[in-house]
Amino acid sequence: MVDGPLGVLAELTHACPLSCSYCSNPLELTKRSEELSTDEWRRVLDEAADLGVLQSHFSGGEPLLRRDLPDLVRHASGLGMYTNLVTSAIGLSRPRAEALRDAGLDHVQVSIQADEPVLSDRLAGISSFDKKIEAARLVKELGWPLTLNVVLHRQNIDRIAAILDWVEELEADRVELANTQYYGWALRNREALLPSREQLRHAEKVTREARERLRGRTDVIYVIPDYYAEYPKPCMGGWGSRQLVVGPEGNAWPCLSAHELPLPRANVREHDLAWIWRDSPLFSEFRGTDWMPDPCRSCDRREVDLGGCRCQAFQLTGDMYRTDPVCVLSPDRGLIDEAVTAANDPAAVPAGGTASEPVLVPMPAVRPHRAD
Amino acid sequence: MTSTVPRTGRPHLARFVKTRYDRSRERQVLLGPETVVVLNPTGADILGLCDGTRTVAEIVEELGRRYDRVVDDEVEAFLSKLVSRRWVEIDHG
Repeated sequence: MVDGPLGVLAELTHACPLSCSYCSNPLELTKRSEELSTDEWRRVLDEAADLGVLQSHFSGGEPLLRRDLPDLVRHASGLGMYTNLVTSAIGLSRPRAEALRDAGLDHVQVSIQADEPVLSDRLAGISSFDKKIEAARLVKELGWPLTLNVVLHRQNIDRIAAILDWVEELEADRVELANTQYYGWALRNREALLPSREQLRHAEKVTREARERLRGRTDVIYVIPDYYAEYPKPCMGGWGSRQLVVGPEGNAWPCLSAHELPLPRANVREHDLAWIWRDSPLFSEFRGTDWMPDPCRSCDRREVDLGGCRCQAFQLTGDMYRTDPVCVLSPDRGLIDEAVTAANDPAAVPAGGTASEPVLVPMPAVRPHRAD
Repeated sequence: MTSTVPRTGRPHLARFVKTRYDRSRERQVLLGPETVVVLNPTGADILGLCDGTRTVAEIVEELGRRYDRVVDDEVEAFLSKLVSRRWVEIDHG
């Protein structure tokens, strides 16, 4: 019997006022008219609770664009789930925030792109920095625990000290400093996003110092870019092991990048979540270690990193069964080393860390567009 | 990293952490931001007594009435771990 998931990530919509060049949404965004209805989401949450889900993360796109967000939060909260909002904070007005608080929302995560408006607004593609800061203050004022989510990359990583000053100033309870993961949009924009070794060294030093200074006040979580690691991450704690994602159109996934893989879809409109989680070919495909080829199959680390990321293997090699190329034991590691070498080439694209340096705009052709 | 837990301190759950019974796992669970901890029965008992009025010493004493053998160091070690994660807070004095 397969253990039930602990959490569900509900991607309510792909629509978003921001257009970040590392967006985790699929290259083909779901239209608003194809999104699950309020009743369909309620049913998904009921089925998730029956499966053992204890936490629901409302995300997107921008989940605040769904008018029914407070209804869905209230429903999840009524099922005993710990409810979390993952937001750009655009649209988090006081009345909306109060409605969410009344609905029982437990925790808010606000994305921060940089420490100041010029760079932040350029990265987000819209004037948004001041609204984010204001919304973060509102989150604290209304008594929620506040997490700031910062996606780090070549263009903002040198600003990390000033970003951490905001973390302190806003009295955030947690900060996730997560280096970009290179799938989908971010893979296409990798050259402009992958930091150099020197940039990372600096960021890690600043983060260590901040962690000491903020001990007891703020949890500082730092996620290295796996391109600079020796071994891959145990993605999602294992395929179909702890979490599931439900997209706006009702497709369920073991992780939020898995939509790229050539696997049969499993949609909540056609199947109940219990079947999808326990029995669907999609969720069974990479569960456990039986699917592994060598070098993973005979490796002592196979239960540690679980073969790494299937999406990364597929996107870089075209074969989703191969060992994650990030692993130094992978025959494909050269693909990673090539990108790392390019990122450390003095002639590489400049790190657009400060406004005075040349402005590097994400390539328009591959920027996510607003659905509708 | 662990924190000191004084025997006279009165522990309670942090404001943004919840505990509840999970039917499907038949265990008490602790829920917080990006956190799910499935508690063992002893851990659940300890947390159940962390109501902000009992001192650590009183919690150890109460557990002594419920169990044959309670090692007070274990209670302190358990609470210390939760304090360092900021899931439990201690009122002093």
